[in-house]
Amino acid sequence: MNKIQLRVRELKKTFNNRLVFNKLSFELNSGDRIVITGKNGSGKSTLIKILAGVLTETSGNLEYFIDDKKIDRENYYQFVGLVSPYLVLYDEFTAFENLNLFSKIRGLKISEKEINDTLNRVGLFERRNDLVRTFSSGMKQRMKYASAILHNPLVLLLDEPTSNLDLDGKNFVDELVFNFREDGIVVVATNESQDFKYGYKIINLDEYKNSNKNV
Amino acid sequence: MKVFYIFYKDFSSELRMRFALNALIMFVIVAVSTILFSIGSERAPQNVYAGMFWVIVFFSAMSGLSRAFVSEEERGTNLILSLIASPISIFAGKFFFNLVLIFFINSIIAILYLTLFQDFIIQNWNSFLLAFILGNIGIAGSSTIIAAIISKANVKGTLYPVLAFPVLLPLILMLIEITKSAMEGNPISDVNAEFMVLLSYDVVMITASVLVFDIIWRD
Repeated sequence: MNKIQLRVRELKKTFNNRLVFNKLSFELNSGDRIVITGKNGSGKSTLIKILAGVLTETSGNLEYFIDDKKIDRENYYQFVGLVSPYLVLYDEFTAFENLNLFSKIRGLKISEKEINDTLNRVGLFERRNDLVRTFSSGMKQRMKYASAILHNPLVLLLDEPTSNLDLDGKNFVDELVFNFREDGIVVVATNESQDFKYGYKIINLDEYKNSNKNV
Repeated sequence: MKVFYIFYKDFSSELRMRFALNALIMFVIVAVSTILFSIGSERAPQNVYAGMFWVIVFFSAMSGLSRAFVSEEERGTNLILSLIASPISIFAGKFFFNLVLIFFINSIIAILYLTLFQDFIIQNWNSFLLAFILGNIGIAGSSTIIAAIISKANVKGTLYPVLAFPVLLPLILMLIEITKSAMEGNPISDVNAEFMVLLSYDVVMITASVLVFDIIWRD
């Protein structure tokens, strides 16, 4: 079991002088689950992307520690899994090919059986040899989950986790989040009140336009 | 191996989608045909053939090498790529893809040139081939980093050649000089200075690209 810690200190993000959020600070440890909420445009997706390491903060500090060792930003991809509406998979490849490529590009030794097990877990095993471009929006959302959990990440970032999902899909998300690894961290960004159950704490980004509030 | 699989992803995708390949092949055929019909039975000086060869190479690079990054940005797949690989791996994989693509296309250009233009005669093949290899490396290196830069811009199409021209111009000028020398049959030692510039260009461009790519890639 690894011990992971996420420290966010005085995080600020602006886009072309438009303030998204300011002085955001919180700390998460292994086993924590947190919900980020706020109005449209409050910066939920922006914060998720910053936590994933694919967007740079304007100022402030974001640090991950695994077993008390600080992780460099270029290595976040090894332990972060992200599901987001902005995520687009390679639709010229099949479901299996996408996951196989992702595992190889990540440098992981993931067997064909493990890929098939992941596809089975998200309910896409029957469509594993179909091109992703033939998938419905709900199936693409399931593929995003498959790509996020394939490498057994320590940090799971979910942006609008239940969008486009049917009842089975939502049940899958419940099972994934509530049974996520004990040493992991889950961050859920959502406007849906029924998704607030995923977190022990809730951060409302509307409160971080000009304030200093620790969670 | 991570770099190889990023290259493999682009290579497989290109074979299936043929975004860059079809455009490049059509450009080469049209460009060479146009020059062939323009010259007709006239005889042009050797330096003109050398210049036209590398002009076609330059514009074929402009037609196709930006796809490596622009397609990721336009399709929205840059986010998943950021999530599964480090910036240095992404740059290296894309660079090798562009290198293979430019070698393939420029080999076709060279074969067509040698076949269709009787006055395009290479007397010193060592000189020409070394310039061909170093030139392609330089074009791939510069084009890859410029493609990464313009992929973030709103107006990508016109910006690519505008940014690439001043960066690639020194390289193209050296290549034209070496090609002229190779056509005249001069020894390699006559163009030592040009080869040193070529080699330095390749080293500097690739090193600078690796150093700045992380900043360019992240939003």
